[in-house]
This record gives sequence, structure tokens and C-alpha cells, in this order.
Amino acid sequence: MTTGAETWEAVIGLEIHVQLSTRTKMFCGCELSFGDPPNTHVCPICLGHPGVLPVTNEKAIEYATRIALALDCHIAPRTIFHRKNYFYPDLPKAYQISQYDLPLGLAGHLDVEMEDGSMFRVGITRVHMEEDAGKLVHAGGIAGRIAGADYSLVDFNRGGTPLVEIVTEPDITTPDQARAFLTQLRSLVQQLGVSDVNMEEGSLRCDANVSVRHPGEPFGTKTELKNMNSFRFLHRGLEAEIERQIDTIEFGGRVVQETIHFDPATGKVSSLRSKEEAHDYRYFPEPDLPPVELDAEYVDKVRASLPELPAARKERLVDQHGLTGKEAALLAANKSLGDYFETLAGATGDARTSVNWVLGDLSAYLNVSGHEVADCPVQPAALAELLALLKDGTLSGKMAKEVFEAMCETRKPAADIVAEKGLGQISDTSALEAIVARVVEANPGPAEEFRQGRDKVLGFFVGQIMKETKGQANPGLVNELLRKHLQKG
Amino acid sequence: MGVDVVGLTAWQCRELLSSGQVSAQELTRAYLDRIAAVDGDVKSYLLVDEKGAMAAAAAVDAKPISQRKPWEGVPIGLKDIFAVKGMETTCGSKILKGYIPPYDATIIAKLRDAGLIFLGKLNMDEFAMGSSTENSAFETTRNPWDLDRVPGGSSGGSAACVAASEAPWTLGTDTGGSIRQPASLCGVVGLKPTYGAVSRYGLVAFASSLDQIGPLTRDTRDAAALLDIVAGKDPLDSTSLGLTEPAGTPSRSALEGLRFGVIKEFIGDAIEPGVKEVFDSAVDAISALGAVCEEVSLPGVVRGLAAYYIIAPSEASANLARFDGVRYGHRTAHAEDLYEMYTRTRSEGFGTEVKRRIMIGTYALSAGYYDAYYAQAQRTRTLIINDFARAFEDFDYLISPTSPTVAFKIGERVADPLAMYLSDLCTIPVNLAALPGISIPAGFSAGMPVGLQLIGPHFSEKGLLDASHALEQHLQVPTVPLMKGGER
Repeated sequence: MTTGAETWEAVIGLEIHVQLSTRTKMFCGCELSFGDPPNTHVCPICLGHPGVLPVTNEKAIEYATRIALALDCHIAPRTIFHRKNYFYPDLPKAYQISQYDLPLGLAGHLDVEMEDGSMFRVGITRVHMEEDAGKLVHAGGIAGRIAGADYSLVDFNRGGTPLVEIVTEPDITTPDQARAFLTQLRSLVQQLGVSDVNMEEGSLRCDANVSVRHPGEPFGTKTELKNMNSFRFLHRGLEAEIERQIDTIEFGGRVVQETIHFDPATGKVSSLRSKEEAHDYRYFPEPDLPPVELDAEYVDKVRASLPELPAARKERLVDQHGLTGKEAALLAANKSLGDYFETLAGATGDARTSVNWVLGDLSAYLNVSGHEVADCPVQPAALAELLALLKDGTLSGKMAKEVFEAMCETRKPAADIVAEKGLGQISDTSALEAIVARVVEANPGPAEEFRQGRDKVLGFFVGQIMKETKGQANPGLVNELLRKHLQKG
Repeated sequence: MGVDVVGLTAWQCRELLSSGQVSAQELTRAYLDRIAAVDGDVKSYLLVDEKGAMAAAAAVDAKPISQRKPWEGVPIGLKDIFAVKGMETTCGSKILKGYIPPYDATIIAKLRDAGLIFLGKLNMDEFAMGSSTENSAFETTRNPWDLDRVPGGSSGGSAACVAASEAPWTLGTDTGGSIRQPASLCGVVGLKPTYGAVSRYGLVAFASSLDQIGPLTRDTRDAAALLDIVAGKDPLDSTSLGLTEPAGTPSRSALEGLRFGVIKEFIGDAIEPGVKEVFDSAVDAISALGAVCEEVSLPGVVRGLAAYYIIAPSEASANLARFDGVRYGHRTAHAEDLYEMYTRTRSEGFGTEVKRRIMIGTYALSAGYYDAYYAQAQRTRTLIINDFARAFEDFDYLISPTSPTVAFKIGERVADPLAMYLSDLCTIPVNLAALPGISIPAGFSAGMPVGLQLIGPHFSEKGLLDASHALEQHLQVPTVPLMKGGER
């Protein structure tokens, strides 16, 4: 990035929180929920009553292990929980059970593909498990701030939800890269089946550590950028903060280590609280929980249970189905769409046509309708029937599109729609021959022109025949029969 | 008919009930009457649940004797540190005044299941921090052997209650000696089981890696029985393991073939002469019963007190952080903002000793001090664990005085926390090493009870109780104090 005479480079590391989609909370038996009435999924344990003890959710450990393995992390054979101590009304025990110096996963990476097809690698520092806090609602005062509020209400439904925190190395240099990384991470986690990874609902959250420097120079002072609850806001927040830091330095100021709040309404960033005196969380090992020992057998079992990961799938789609790199990347990034394609290609035996339809008409329909692949009204078997009608000439390409739209609307099989609309192409030679003969006879002038070598006249006859057949004549057959008739005449 | 409960053991209660000599209601009423008669002096109870106890007793009486469980209808007193659904649980603190737990501790569920009658909640040092009950926010319990003296602590209410026959048996908790030291000072039996033998779920945490629940009883047979009722692995406590074998009913009468190690570090100058005298005669008794008694040095244990006063406050500083006025318990009447609410609530709600330990623990865990204090204390703890492990290669059990002194006068050590901390000199290392330890009455010094501590390897409760029983039978130490005015 260049402003004025100087060239700047941003250094970005991300901290991603993923809410796991286990049935119950991290340390108690309460069911996870979203959008239910406040404090209806709580118990003495997640409310931090005196005397209660945590019990670790084994499913959460398995899910976290899946994430760590998918990011090529080293899995610690012995990992322990720590208490992270701080007071806040949404934290019932006044400590969060988290992990500190012995996290579950260490030293992984994710290879990220940019839109232009270029690749870059982001190191994963650590993957660890922890529990979520509750939610606060403040009445009066400044929106979203407890200071100055008339009163505040706490909803502990979310409190104790299992979280996985993924911390990256500062390997990201642009907002585009950050967005591409998060997009691919989201798709990866989604394919693992361990989280809804929905940024708007908060099951995927991303904070960024940002600094700027001249290329080749040591790292500048970093700030922690928070509250970017969509991919767009992540991009905009990073842009705004990088710009703010560059401006600060170019106008002779210095960047202060602090927490920066992104305001989606204004697109601006502002200081939240000074972090110069870093919070002392007084971490110490959680005495209520024994260490989690994950032996090689367990890790192998979890590894074996992982679905095919996007990078591997992309490669396979190219090799096995002859897709282009871009097509394969698109399908690999979206598990359900990829599955749709592979089912369809299996049914039709025609990968090329299948990929064209999946990435063309089907994707367009999904985009417009807002349907997920799972609840798309036309499932692969139904689409395969349609493509069979296209292949055997019953339908033209144009007609097939029309039938597809009708299938989406009515959920009826392709054959039924073809019958109802009387659509099928006329591919019956004898039926078409009669029409061709009639049309040629009725237009002696143009027929003569054709015989004198004016090939273009053929288009006129095709048009006439299509008019007669309401567009249902098989164009290939019409051409063939016309030539035969005209030359003969 | 009335029943004289003075000096009754739980086993005797069980026999009176099962033989039909007394009904559960008669027995419960007799204990309630006893409480009414003497608790004004002893002050062991914070709460007496007369209505609940009588209702529970009536329910027992409604069942034919043949269909009752073995301990059904036997009353019990509970340290006010256990969550009992629907019954105020204060932990001896103003900050929990009025707090009614919405759930039962695991041991409470087990006691309910066994059919025991809950007489009420017993006094304690606030959040189990103390050795005299003088840190209770509500009252100081008196030693039934001399009402001017403390009963020990923190389970002072539980110990005094048994000594004064205000319940046949009680449960307490022991983090650094809080069962054994008051048992010693009140002349009753107190057992701290192996860490993990009894579920801590529902025990209001002081120091999670040290806390254990255990019985305070009139004799070792009752201690074994109550241990068997409450012990067990609990899915709600990931650190619980249960016992490897039940304690059963101790019946051993000799100690032949056993080797007892006398911990050299705990028979030195810190032990007052009267206590040392009783201890020496107990050693003679052990020898007379056929066991070998030899001195053994555990050099690490002298650092126990120092390590404990880092580890326990550190864990406590986190465990007690939840008392913030947000969800339950005391909240200050007026605060301008969140931090003032926290500060005032906690300043008003906690007593001096609790504040002292929260500050020590917070300091010890702070960035820059962690390695020098907390990490160092954990290393010391490992040394102590190793010392004990080595000693148990040569000895079956280790012994020491339970407390360096007999019960001291109320007020005597209030202004001197270090002197107070020394009360637990001999008991603390046992918690650090997660071992089972028992205090049994060994005799008297100037009219006040002196306890003998026996320590066993992990999960040796059965053997430990058996050996203690043999000694108890041999020593025949009186356990019923002559209360004020000549009445028993």
C-alpha cells in the first residue's frame, strides 16, 4: 500500500472463535440454544452457584481435535485447562475455563487460495478450547456500554457454550487476504460438521491484531481490532484501522497498543480502552479438571473420521472429473454443493454437463432463492433425469432451462413438466418430414435461392419450421431434413 | 418414652431404631431437645431445621422397620458448607446470608438416599478459613470441654456438636486440617479421606485441590460407616475416584505386623509438653499392641505450611471471585457503577481473614510473581508428596500429634494469624499429599483433649480405620465432656 512517498505493509494476525455445535454446553448438561427466551438454558453449574464443579464435554474435545487436525496442528498428548480470572457480570464464576500454555493444538497451517488463483499459507499458532460467556443487555446510556447504563440484564443461555479459539501467525498482509483466509477457514470448519460458523449469529467471531510497517522493518505496535461480525465488516474494519495507523504515523503520532472497536454503522474505528497496562488474568491450572490425555490411537481415530478436506477434494475433482482448477475450488469450498455435483456426475456419467449446470443454473437459482443446497427443490436425481432428456434430444438447451425453472417451482419430475407443457422436442423424422415438405413447398422462391447456393436461406426455413412446431422441433434434425428436401427439390 | 442421647454413637442409634426401642421421631426429638438444652452454650448450630427433621423422621416411622435401610432414621449434623436444596447455606459468611441452594451436594443426595435425618447446619470459620470458628460471621462455637476455649476449626461446629451430643455424628471438610484439628481439640474422631474418595460436588470450594469431605464421630466404627455412605466416584466431580474398598466395620484389636513411623519433624519444640506426653503414651500403646514404632524423617513437611499458604489462597482467590453480588447472596445497597458494586459488595460481605487470603492468592498468581510463589509452592508440594511416598516404603502408617496444642482460649490468637496458622502444622502436609489422615482421641492435657493423627497411603482408609480402632479400644479415652453445671 502506498500513500505519499512511503510504502506501507500491514501485518495482521487473526483470533477466531468458533462456537461448537455440540448438543450440550462445555462443562454442564444444559442444551445449546440460539434465540430462546433468556435464562431458559441454565443450571447451577453454568450459573456458577457455590459448590458446583465442571465436567468436560467429551464431544467438544473431539470437535476441537477435528478442527486442530484439519488445520494440520500437532495434537498435544496431554492438554490442561486453566482458569482465566476477571470480573464481569456475564462471567458467572469470575473466571473463564480456558487453555493457556498447554493448548490442544499447536503449529498448524492453512493454505489459502485468492480469487486470482494465487496461494498463500497462514500459520496457525494454536487451537484451544474454552467456554463462552453470557450476554449482557444495557438499558439507557450509550448503546452497548455498561458504563452509564441505567441497568443491565444478563442472559446466561450462551454462558458455557463450547468455543474453540484459533490463533494465526501474523502472516496476513491485506484485508483481502484476511477475508479469503476467514472464508476458507469457515468452509473448512463447516465441512467438519462441528459448528454452524455463522458470523451474524456469533457462532463465528473474528478479532484481528493489526500493525503497520515499512516492508523489511521490524513489527510496529499492534492494536486489537474487535466487533467485525461479518466478512464485509472484517474487510472494512481492517481497511479503516490500517489507514488510521498509517495516518497516525505519517502525521507524526505513534500507534498505541489498545483495543479498537469497529462500528458497523459508521464504518469507523475507535479506541475502546487502553491496553497499555495489559490485563493480568492470573492464569493457573484448573484444579477441578484432570488433564485431558489424547493418545495416538484417539487422535488417529478422529483423523480417520475427518471428511475429505477442501484442498484434497479440489485436487481430486480436477483429477477424477477433469474440472478446471477454478471449478474444483468452488465446489471444494462448499461441501454440500460439491456433494451435489459428485452425486449428479455419478448419475449422468457426464461431469462436464453436470458441472456446468451445478455452477450455472443451479447456483444461480440458489443465490436468487436463498435456498441451501440441502433444501433445494431439485435434488441431484431429479436434475439427472432432466439432463437425460437434454442428452437424448427430447429437450433443447433452452427448453431444459425452462423445465428446470418449473421443476424448482413445482418440485415435479422433469418428465411430468415436459408432458404438461407439451414441451418435448419433435425428434420424430416422419412427423418432421411432413412439415419440412409443406414449408418448402409453400416457399418456392427461397427454395430456389438455396439451390443456387445461398446457404443463408436455410435459416429462414428453420425459423418457419420452428414457428410451425412452436419451437419444439429438434434443430439438428430440422437442418438435416431441410438440406435433404431442398437439394432433392 | 424419652431417650438419653448423651454419648450415643450412630451405631447405637441404629440399634435403638432397628430393635424398635425408639422411633425415629423420638430419637430426632431427643436430639432437638438436647440442642435446645445445650446449644445456647456451645453454639455449634447456625440453623436447626426442626420442622424438616421431624417431618423426615415421621416419614421413616411410617415405614415398617423391616423395609428400612440400615441407617434410616439416624440423625446427622452438617457443616454449613454443603449445598442442601432449600436449606440456607452460608459458609459462615455474610456474603451468603440468605442464600438457598437450588440443588443438593452429591453427599447430601447420598445421605438422603440412606435415610438420614438432617438436624441442621453447623458453624464454621468463614469459607473454612480458620482454626477456631472465630472467623465465622455469625458466632463463635465453644469447646464443650471448656466453654472459654475454641473448638478448633474450620469444622469447629461439627466437632463440638458431636462432643456435646447434639448429633450422633456430623460431616465436615478438611483443606489443611479442618476436620482433624477440631476433632483433636474436642476429643472426637475426625477422618480426612484420600483426595478423591468423596465427591466435592456441592461443597462450597475453598481450595479445590485440597478440599475433602469427611466424618466427625464419637468412634472409629461410626467414622467407617459414615465414610462408606458418602464415598464414591461421582460423574459430577471429575477429580473423584471413590474408595478402592469399603471401610466396613473396624474390628481389629491388635497391631501385630504393622510398622508405624513417628514423623520426626512433628515431635519437636512446636509441640507443647502436655501434648507430647499424651503422644508418647500413645506410641507406647501402639508398641504394646504389637506394632513396631520408629522415628522417620520427612524433611519436606516443614515447608508444608509455607506451600499451603500460597496454594490454598491462590485457589481460593479464584473460587471466591464468584461472590460478586450479581446473581445471589449479598449485594451492596448502593453503588454508582459496576466496579463500585463489586468493591462494596465484597468489602461488606467478606471478613478479615477471607480478605487476607484473597489478597495473598491474588498476589501469588500475579504476572511476575507466579513463578516465585505459585509455581514454587507446587514444586514444594511435589517434594512433600515424594517424602511421604518414600516413608510409606518403610512404614504402614505414620503418626504425629494432630495439633501442636490443646484448645486455646477464645480470642487468644485472633490478632496473630501466624500463631493461628501453626495450629495446622501437622495436618497440612497430609492434604498437600492427598493422603488419608485421621485424628482419634489419645488422652488429656490439663483436662483438655489431645488427638493422635494417623496417616496412611492413598486409599488405605480401611486399614487406617482398623488400626485406629485397635488403638481406640486399647486407650479407652472418655469422649463425653462434663458440661457446665454438672449436667452431662
